[in-house]
Amino acid sequence: MNTTDWLEIGRLDDIPKRGARVVKTARGDIAIFRTMDDQVFALDDKCPHKGGPLSQGIVQGESVTCPLHNWVISLKTGEAQGADQGCTRTIAVRLQDGRIQLSWPAVPAVKAA
Amino acid sequence: MAERLLIVGNGMAPGRMLEHLLEKAPGRYDITIFNAEPRVNYDRIMLSPVLSGEKNYEQIVIHGDGWYIKNGITLHKGTKVVGIDRAAKTISTDNGLVESYDKLVIATGSVPFIIPVPGHNLPGVLSYRDLDDVDAMILASKARGNAVVIGGGLLGLEAAAGLAEQGMDVTVVHLMPTLMERQLDANAGYLLKKEIESRGIKVITGANTKAILGSNRVEGVQLEDGTVIPAALVVMAVGIRPNGWLGKEAGLTVNRGIVVDDQMRTSDPDIFSLGECVEHRGATYGLVAPLYEMAGVLAKTLIDEPAAYNGSVTATKLKVTGISLFSAGDFAEAKDREEIVLRDAARGVYKRLVLQDGKIIGTVLYGDVEDGAWFFQLLREGADITEMRQTLIYGQGYAGGAKLDPMAAIAALPDDAEICGCNGVCKGKITGAITANGLTNLEEVRAVTKASASCGSCTGLVEKLIGLTLGDSYAPKTSKAACGCTDLGHDDIRRLIVAKELKSIPAVMQELEWKTSCGCSKCRPALNYYLLATWPGDYVDDNQSRYINERAHANIQKDGTYSVIPRMWGGMTSAAELRAIADVADKFNIPSVKVTGGQRIDLLGVKKEDLPGVWADLNAAGMVSGHAYAKGLRTVKTCVGSEWCRFGTQDSTGLGIKLEKFTWGSWTPHKVKLAVSGCPRNCAEATVKDIGIVCIDSGYEFHIGGAAGMEVKATVLLCRLETEEEVLEYTGALMQLYREQAHYLDRIHKWLHRVGLDTVKKQIVEDHERRRALFARFVHAQKFAQIDPWAERVNGAFGHEFKPLADLRLASAAE
Repeated sequence: MNTTDWLEIGRLDDIPKRGARVVKTARGDIAIFRTMDDQVFALDDKCPHKGGPLSQGIVQGESVTCPLHNWVISLKTGEAQGADQGCTRTIAVRLQDGRIQLSWPAVPAVKAA
Repeated sequence: MAERLLIVGNGMAPGRMLEHLLEKAPGRYDITIFNAEPRVNYDRIMLSPVLSGEKNYEQIVIHGDGWYIKNGITLHKGTKVVGIDRAAKTISTDNGLVESYDKLVIATGSVPFIIPVPGHNLPGVLSYRDLDDVDAMILASKARGNAVVIGGGLLGLEAAAGLAEQGMDVTVVHLMPTLMERQLDANAGYLLKKEIESRGIKVITGANTKAILGSNRVEGVQLEDGTVIPAALVVMAVGIRPNGWLGKEAGLTVNRGIVVDDQMRTSDPDIFSLGECVEHRGATYGLVAPLYEMAGVLAKTLIDEPAAYNGSVTATKLKVTGISLFSAGDFAEAKDREEIVLRDAARGVYKRLVLQDGKIIGTVLYGDVEDGAWFFQLLREGADITEMRQTLIYGQGYAGGAKLDPMAAIAALPDDAEICGCNGVCKGKITGAITANGLTNLEEVRAVTKASASCGSCTGLVEKLIGLTLGDSYAPKTSKAACGCTDLGHDDIRRLIVAKELKSIPAVMQELEWKTSCGCSKCRPALNYYLLATWPGDYVDDNQSRYINERAHANIQKDGTYSVIPRMWGGMTSAAELRAIADVADKFNIPSVKVTGGQRIDLLGVKKEDLPGVWADLNAAGMVSGHAYAKGLRTVKTCVGSEWCRFGTQDSTGLGIKLEKFTWGSWTPHKVKLAVSGCPRNCAEATVKDIGIVCIDSGYEFHIGGAAGMEVKATVLLCRLETEEEVLEYTGALMQLYREQAHYLDRIHKWLHRVGLDTVKKQIVEDHERRRALFARFVHAQKFAQIDPWAERVNGAFGHEFKPLADLRLASAAE
């Protein structure tokens, strides 16, 4: 998608370490996560299990535990960890000088090979 | 005739460049250097040892006067270049010289960043950049007294250590929550802070400097929160910025620094630049290794050899004697990676490698940096480490023999560390008794020392101590690990938090050798609770380690909305409260209003961003949080008792209200529900509560350990009491014992099953002194707990929790 732009949505410091904030869009909420070591990830704010708001979960390393039924979702791939199966859409997001930029219109993040 | 090469600046970068140039093509250039400092080239990296008194100026000179003479270089000391005429190819100096050049090199380095707070230009406020600064600091330190260093980065800490070494009383003030946050992660930052503090240097993190105080010279530093720290000397070490004004003045392209290409050429083909004043591919550098790489490239460029600088990966070492710390790579913003963590609490070692696609991309080492150079080499080479991944973290010298000692944390405890909290037995007493009496098992140790003979929480530790003392002949029973991040069980963790006086989550994870760098959703909430319960008023709650309900102070529902339950003391409410609740429900379009099993009213379906507004209105009507979401005191359910009921024996409603006012706000391992029934007909269902009071003619039955959840448990009778005061005292003491001994997420009945009714009876009913001590500790903890979390948030605390980061609903309409 060569029409995608980067849209600034806030600063890294707006999100607590090991925390998340929500970006509201017409197509539903997007959760923006900040890890302990200041990586930033974006996922649809919906657990693949029962649609729980992942932004409200506990961030541990590079995954988040869903607040509704404790599924653990990878922030990198959006995939459920362990025995659970399912995947949440990832969205490309990047940091530029402490500012968070979301791909817009939202495109999926490139997954690790 | 040789071409004329002029160099502005005489720091380490041009010095190294000249060494290369003279080696490759002596005589190619006629070289002149202008140095604003009245000195030859010296090793700035060694300023810290000069400050601490370990070295002197002569020992850190790189090129003495003789070197310049020998190589035919003209050095103008203390001469500042003030302008460049690019058309005429000349430079002019502050003392009126004009010199022509064929090639010009700008190496003006960097200038310290000074925060423009009031008082920043008072005498006694210094930066930390050159020998003049160091001389001034050494002079100031002769008077002893107090020094404040603003900035807890590399330079600031080196300055602080040096000043402390010179006998000053030093405080480091740092804006960020952890020291050297650009080079270290929070875990290594914790170890560093501990080490710095052990040298008598005070460290204040998360502190913003508001002003530097003093009339004629500096007298102190005032922080944003009002704290004033007296200081006869203030060192500002908050960072540096490239010194590019000369280039800018001459019309060269300058962004943050003077922009150079891969050959170190500026936007003028005859002017070059290197060192801290340049910007290359958008990056600027403040460490020596990249400067030396640039020097090599520029030397080649100047003699027309092909060479290219491709940017540098930098590594950091702190030059403070006795502190070993190494970090390299950009682990802050890389994606798609894994980590390997090794901790050795006994030696104060923390090692972390960050991997991506089978390669090392970052590393942080603390305490043992021997393998830093090797890791850094692998990192720079982009070496594939897949083959050695299993043993990589142990370093280059690993030969398959070294293995982690699971007992290290316990072995490292001092002899006076308390192991058994119930009976006050320390480590030395236990190991001493084992040796002196030839004890060989747990029962014998219990019999002789009383350690682990009461609640049993320290059994795991005592087992490990027996194992340590007796060696391989004893195989301690292992307890079930709390989670995958540790081998220790909940009891061991709780006891070690007390024994080692651990007061933060990074402290626990480091000292108890956690296997992950940031824990998981099982251990973090547990640790947060244990620390909160152990160090009331001292421990700072870690919001990000709490479940969402406790973070948002409301209960999350299946659709992501929340439910709000205000407190109704003892289940009593009033017309005014009900009216306020009705108004809130209307105002915020709350879809469902329900009566709960705990005699409260539940407002269901509140949007998260509406929570502070809902709370504000409930607060205004006198209602506070009902903590219906907490691992803490939930509700005290009552019947109407003797005030209305013809069977009532005591004022059950009044007692329930007193109990709730006394216990609300307390954090506990799991939820705690109370009830008070006015007679044995038990309309308040007190015998399926965690603590249930049943009123009788002669007083009160005190029941504990009930539950009506997945398992239905009837309470057991602990004792009979005569007065309301006794009921309050026993309740506080019982809750405190539960708070101190239970595993996180065990209700009272589970804890009771584990430790046994008899030990609880002994400690609460029979041992009056112990009961009163427990009660006193509960009362103390409540001082810090009874703050309405709703009011705090209505007043703006944790605002980020309730607001979206951005709203793109309009933007997406145009999508």
